[in-house]
Amino acid sequence: MTLFLEQLQGIAQYYPVILKGVGVTLALSVIGIVAGTIVGFVLGIARASSNTLLSFVVGAYTDIFRGTPVLVQVFVVFFILPEAGVELDSFTAGALALSNIAACFISEIVASGIRAVPVGQAEAAASAGLTRLQQLRLVVLPQATRMIVPSLVGQFVLLVKDSSVVSAIGLLDLTRSGWIIVQSVPNGMLVFSVVGIGYFLICYPLLHLSRRMEKT
Amino acid sequence: MLLNLNFRVIGETLPEFWVGFVSTLSISLTAFAGAIAIGIIACAMSIQPSRLVRAPAVAYVDVIRATPLLAQLYFLYFGLPSFGVLMPETVIGIIALSINSGAYVSEIIRSGIMSIPRGQVEASASSGMNYWQQMRLIILPQALRPMVSPLIGQAIVLVKDSSLLSLISVLELTRAGQTLANDRFMPVEGLATTAVGYLIIYFGLKLMAAAWMRINHPSARH
Repeated sequence: MTLFLEQLQGIAQYYPVILKGVGVTLALSVIGIVAGTIVGFVLGIARASSNTLLSFVVGAYTDIFRGTPVLVQVFVVFFILPEAGVELDSFTAGALALSNIAACFISEIVASGIRAVPVGQAEAAASAGLTRLQQLRLVVLPQATRMIVPSLVGQFVLLVKDSSVVSAIGLLDLTRSGWIIVQSVPNGMLVFSVVGIGYFLICYPLLHLSRRMEKT
Repeated sequence: MLLNLNFRVIGETLPEFWVGFVSTLSISLTAFAGAIAIGIIACAMSIQPSRLVRAPAVAYVDVIRATPLLAQLYFLYFGLPSFGVLMPETVIGIIALSINSGAYVSEIIRSGIMSIPRGQVEASASSGMNYWQQMRLIILPQALRPMVSPLIGQAIVLVKDSSLLSLISVLELTRAGQTLANDRFMPVEGLATTAVGYLIIYFGLKLMAAAWMRINHPSARH
């Protein structure tokens, strides 16, 4: 018991590292959610468009990123882009990789939402004299968005969790802070329980929200 | 950049990638079997009327779904040895993957069972069937069908997640790519080959899901 308390105290001494880690995890998640949603909507609209070539190209692009692990993508951005002359620090590399993968998953969600809106809606809007952009903006997207919000929130949870992978390129996020602490406090279960509680506090409210919206 | 890939080096190291590819496949398959077993148990517990039985299963699913796999993996990897439990990294990885995916599988099974209209359960109960007969004859035969596509989706997630095992030095596809990147200073060749390996598995599983949809839901689009 005293050992347990000592170890807990040992972890507590590292609170600046943990706080920094929480900050980085939150920053990455927010960037990924905002950028991923914006780009994801653009890609999703292109994916659901009647232009077969555009839809195919976007589908192929998103498939490449949906079919490979986040870890590999983070490595690609961090180790391969410099070879092409683009030097990125680990935070930018992580944010870029996360935003991109979020955009790819969100685009598929958006596209399926658009496809789920009955064709009659767009036709009715067209015969009411709306241009294609107006049809999309005023009739199709609002209905599609309402349908996909629960899946979007679910995707945000996945993104927060995926952000833990950036610890592999040495970025001090919440997971990395646990990895640092465990080197001097040799109780992995305790250390990573603390890390887990951090993620739980971020993710659980989102999960709960997504589940409640799915029910209504 | 991608135009001047050194294909000679890729060719030379292909045997190592093959080992990694097979390792990723076998780790994923084993972990998926484990996830199904855990998922069935967790789901069976979570649909019981007794709160005492339900609570642990619900807590398990929530905790797993709200924390990252990497943290769960490190929890076991750094945590088990301090309890004197020493296991090869691969086994720890498979356990972590099974426990992680098990939570999602449990949710998939549960929503499959929930998709059966309540009236069917009541009708089978009033025709004198007991709990197991209801499950075996009425609920499961109908519930299995809608589970297949999401389960294939979960298998895709699991294969990609298994790449995290490279971080606890398990030799699999990602590790094979890193090795090529580090030993020969060829990150492009190493990671590109790794990515292709995952894409082969991804498209394979995607084709399976599409074939399933075509056979069972011929009227649906796609």
